[in-house]
Amino acid sequence: MEDEQSFSDICGGRLALQRRFYSPSCLEFCLSCPRITLRSLTAVTCTVWLAAYGLFTLCENTMILSAAIFITLLGLLGYLHFVKIDHETLLIIDSLGIQMTSSYASGKESTTFIEMGQVNDVVINEAIYMKVIYYLCILLKDPVEPHGISQVVPLFQSAKPRLDCLIEVYRSCQDILAHQKATSTSP
Amino acid sequence: MGLVSRGAAEAGRGAASAVDRPGPPDAVPNPTPTPPAEGADPGSSRSPGMVLKAFFPTCCASADSGLLVGRWVPEQSSAVVLAVVHFPFIPIQVKELLAQVQQASQVGVTVLGTWCHRRQEPEESLGHFLEGLGAIFSHRPWFQLCRERGSKSWSCKATHWQGPASPAASGEDQVMLIFYDQRKVLLSQLHPPTALPDRQAGDTTASAGGLAAVFDTVARSEALFQSDRFDEGPVRLSHWQSEGMEASILVELAKWAAGPVCLFLACLLSLISAASACRVFKLWPLSFIWSKLSTCEQLRHRLEQLTLIFSTRKAESPAQLMRKDLIGQLADALIPVADRVAEELQHLLQWLMGAPAGLKMNRALDQVLGRFFLYHIHLWISYIHLMSPFIERILWHVGLSACLGLTVALSILSDIIALLTFHIYCFYVYGARLYCLKIHGLSSLWRLFRGKKWNVLRQRVDSCSYDLDQLFIGTLLFTILVFLLPTTALYYLVFTLLRLLVVAVQGLIHLLVDLINSLPLYSLGLRLCRPYRLAAGVKFRVLEHETGRPLRLLMQINPLPYSRVVHTYRLPTCGCHPKHSWGSLCRKLFFGELIYPWRQRGNKQD
Repeated sequence: MEDEQSFSDICGGRLALQRRFYSPSCLEFCLSCPRITLRSLTAVTCTVWLAAYGLFTLCENTMILSAAIFITLLGLLGYLHFVKIDHETLLIIDSLGIQMTSSYASGKESTTFIEMGQVNDVVINEAIYMKVIYYLCILLKDPVEPHGISQVVPLFQSAKPRLDCLIEVYRSCQDILAHQKATSTSP
Repeated sequence: MGLVSRGAAEAGRGAASAVDRPGPPDAVPNPTPTPPAEGADPGSSRSPGMVLKAFFPTCCASADSGLLVGRWVPEQSSAVVLAVVHFPFIPIQVKELLAQVQQASQVGVTVLGTWCHRRQEPEESLGHFLEGLGAIFSHRPWFQLCRERGSKSWSCKATHWQGPASPAASGEDQVMLIFYDQRKVLLSQLHPPTALPDRQAGDTTASAGGLAAVFDTVARSEALFQSDRFDEGPVRLSHWQSEGMEASILVELAKWAAGPVCLFLACLLSLISAASACRVFKLWPLSFIWSKLSTCEQLRHRLEQLTLIFSTRKAESPAQLMRKDLIGQLADALIPVADRVAEELQHLLQWLMGAPAGLKMNRALDQVLGRFFLYHIHLWISYIHLMSPFIERILWHVGLSACLGLTVALSILSDIIALLTFHIYCFYVYGARLYCLKIHGLSSLWRLFRGKKWNVLRQRVDSCSYDLDQLFIGTLLFTILVFLLPTTALYYLVFTLLRLLVVAVQGLIHLLVDLINSLPLYSLGLRLCRPYRLAAGVKFRVLEHETGRPLRLLMQINPLPYSRVVHTYRLPTCGCHPKHSWGSLCRKLFFGELIYPWRQRGNKQD
């Protein structure tokens, strides 16, 4: 079953959280980031072309104008393919692991999967970055020391949701993790 | 937790052995046909509501009904299905085959359950038959997967037999189906982000990480994939080979033949290039035929290129002239460049002999050093002009070896630069030696000034009483050296900077050569063409889900990013890092000791 809610990120943009409940042991959260706006795109293009035209009036070389067009096109393609993230998905499967997927605006997807055996816990951390922000992160187990933490993996780094959204995700994750710990077979 | 499970397992085993099973006598549920502590491992505790995972190969999803064969991993409570055994079969033969496979591959392969692929839901009688099979092949938990033909609805049950006394009390666990591509998982190699330092190879019972166990199991079960359902053996299996065994035979043959074929081709090429000078091929019938066939045209084109490289005749046509003329142009360009460099050096020396940067030098020493270096340059220029008729030929023969690759060409370039700037190296050595002598003399006389002496035996500074005339001469010499120091230091500084510039250029070329040498082209090509071979991990996708049906996931291989491919498979380079740290380099420069920036193959000079 699906569920959609609207939240805002730390900069004030609108986010949409979609929650899909496949089974008591499998849950998926999809957080979509604010889209690229026509206004920002027009502003960047105009700036680049004005600068190119200014250079052209200085140098009288038409190569500058064509170079500006190429730069704009390639820059836009590169931005959509490598930088702009469209939505981030978190899939938790009890007794298998946690998977994070980032989908870029050009359709490219980059996935990371962490096995449940390596996951210690999922927590909300505080960070001080000009102001106090909260972020959700996964704590990984230390293979040497059984109760130690070896690494902290932050989630939803591009969407940057606020605390209310994080609490929703956190509660559902904790339900599944608690169930997994109760039925785990490893000592 | 361990005690309770062991007690329950003992009770279960005792109860099961008390029941007399119909069928062959080796169906007693003691792990004799199975390797120790594998199939029915009592160490796993089963609590109600636990989800079991079944890894199912996508190639078996359309196979006919039969038995599921694979490995049960109790630590992750997951079953890895490797193949499906089709009806009809004789249980003893199935067990024999599994025992053989276990022995060959050290993987605990057992019968895990039943697979049912029918037009509609299985009838009652079939259900009892399938459960009867569960009695013959004792494995706990016993999986029953079922699928309607042509539909996407699957059902699976995993039952634990508590004994025939209370069949209703047999616990059923939820099962999660994970589909995987068997061929890709078989060929792929997992690259974990952090490798444990104490991994044991060949460990059958424990593996680090659940997914690594799955990959490991599939990769080591090659013995199971030998026979197929199309073979005439006693047992008919279905696995990934059922889809395209013929193609893989061709690929195998091609792989085996590749080695000798490459060797043969290399010999052939050398023969062809030797025979290309023969004039037999220019007779009329052969040349007409060859001009019509396009493959012969292409071969002729290639042969022509080879003959051009290996010939020493003058060029006939402009196109050929272009190719040969490049060497000529390069050789022609070298002499003026060398002249230009020498001229610049002469200007530099004239500048130093005057009043460089406003500093006042000692005129006499200045003139001596300046004239000495100028004469050296004059000698070098005469030598270059003497060599100029031969340079083109030398360069051309040397350029042949560039056929061996870009790295050889770059190394040749680096050597040419070193040879052309040999006089700069000589000047640097002269300047450095002079400066070094001066510094040593100054430090020794400075000690004399203070009434001390360097004790060579004890390697330390000791006080010493000098005679008056020793002190007098020492002071005189010290003064002379001090006043001549700026001149020598300036020459030393200028030539050291020039030398460092040349060293920097050569260093860049060497860095490029090292980069090209250490680039793992095969791994990059593999990552480009067969990305599933190098796996950084896996990714899951949830397939269509209906309530009441088990959860189905598709497991796909997540390929390694290019940066990690280069980092992991980087070839060892023969170049080593520079031996000096920045501090020791500065120290050597200050004291005028010579620096040798390259690796010295064999003996180390420092």
